[in-house]
Amino acid sequence: MAKFRKKKGSGQQAISTASLPDIVFMLLFFFMVSTSMKEVSLKIQLKQPEATELSKLEKKSLVTYIYVGVPQRQYQTTFGSEPRLQLNDQFATVDDIRNYIAQERESMRESDRSKMTVSIKADYDTPMGIITDVKQALRDAQALKISYSARKANKVPM
Amino acid sequence: MGKREIQEVNAGSMADIAFLLLIFFLVTTTMDTDSGLSRMLPPPVPPNEETPPPIKDRNVFEVLINAQNRLLVENEPMELSELREAAKEFIENPMNDQSLPEKAEKEVEYFGVYPVTKGVISLQNDNGTQYQMYLSVQNELAAAYNELRDELAQSKFGKKFDELEDDKQDAIRDIYPQKISEAEPKNIGGK
Repeated sequence: MAKFRKKKGSGQQAISTASLPDIVFMLLFFFMVSTSMKEVSLKIQLKQPEATELSKLEKKSLVTYIYVGVPQRQYQTTFGSEPRLQLNDQFATVDDIRNYIAQERESMRESDRSKMTVSIKADYDTPMGIITDVKQALRDAQALKISYSARKANKVPM
Repeated sequence: MGKREIQEVNAGSMADIAFLLLIFFLVTTTMDTDSGLSRMLPPPVPPNEETPPPIKDRNVFEVLINAQNRLLVENEPMELSELREAAKEFIENPMNDQSLPEKAEKEVEYFGVYPVTKGVISLQNDNGTQYQMYLSVQNELAAAYNELRDELAQSKFGKKFDELEDDKQDAIRDIYPQKISEAEPKNIGGK
C-alpha cells in the first residue's frame, strides 16, 4: 500500500530554487569584477594607431592617461582644429603636464610611485611635434615609463 | 473536496537560463585592458653634463623619418616592410662584417662568454611625421628585437622567449638589449 501513497500528492513536486540566489550573485560578482568604468569622456577624436608588438598594461591603478588629438566637432569652435592635449576631462597645454603628473603621483601609494606608467593615447594622424613636446614634459616630470597605446593589428600596418 | 493549492511556477529551469546568460557574457565580454608599446624615456640631462663621447659610426643604425613619412635608413631610402630585416641584420651581424657593429665579449648566465653587439639604433623623426608612421617604425624595431630573442630562445632552450623563466629571459635580454635611442626631432618639413 505504501507504494501508492505518493500519488495522492497533486501535481509535480516543486523544485527547490534555493540555489537561484547563488547563481544571481555569481553573475553579479562576475560583472562587478569585469566591467571597467569609462575613465573619462573623450573630448578629442581618437582613432588609435595599429601595431603588432604590444604588451598589456597590467595594473590599472598605476596607469595615467594622456590623450592627444584633434578636438571633437562641438569643441572646435572654442579650441580650434589643431591637435590638443586632454588630461582628465579638460583640454590642457603641454605646460600642465608637470602638475598633472605630480598630482597623479601624489594620489598613488608610496610603494607604487616608482612603477607609475604614463599611457599616451594619441590619434594616429597626430603630427609628432606635439608628441615630442609631451615626451619632453614627461622627462622633466620624471615620469619615464611610458606606453604608446595602440590597437592590435592583424597584419603589419603599412 | 480538498483545498486547491496555488500552483507554483516551475522555476527549475531558471538556473539553466542563468547559466546560459553567464556563459554568453563570459564568451562575449572582452576585458578592455589597455595595450601598447612600452618604452623608457631617458632621464632629463642635467644642464652642466658633458656630452657623451660619440659612438662609432658602424655601431649606429640610423633611422630617419621625414614629414612625408618616408624612411631614410643608413642614408638609403627604405620601405617600412624592409626595415625589420635590415634591423635584424644590423643587430645580429652574423658574418662579423666590418661595416656592421662590433661585439664585446660578455659573461652571460646560461650562455657563458657570448659576443654581445654594441649596436645602437638611433631614431629621429620630423615634427610633421604622422604618429602612426612613428609607431609603425617603433613597432618594426621592437619586432626585430623580439624575433632575434625568440630565435635565440628557441635554439638554446627550445621554447619561445615569452614562455621562459624570468632568469633565462634576463640572460637573453643581456645578449640582445633593446637599445633604441631617440634624437631630438628636427623641424624641416614645416607645420
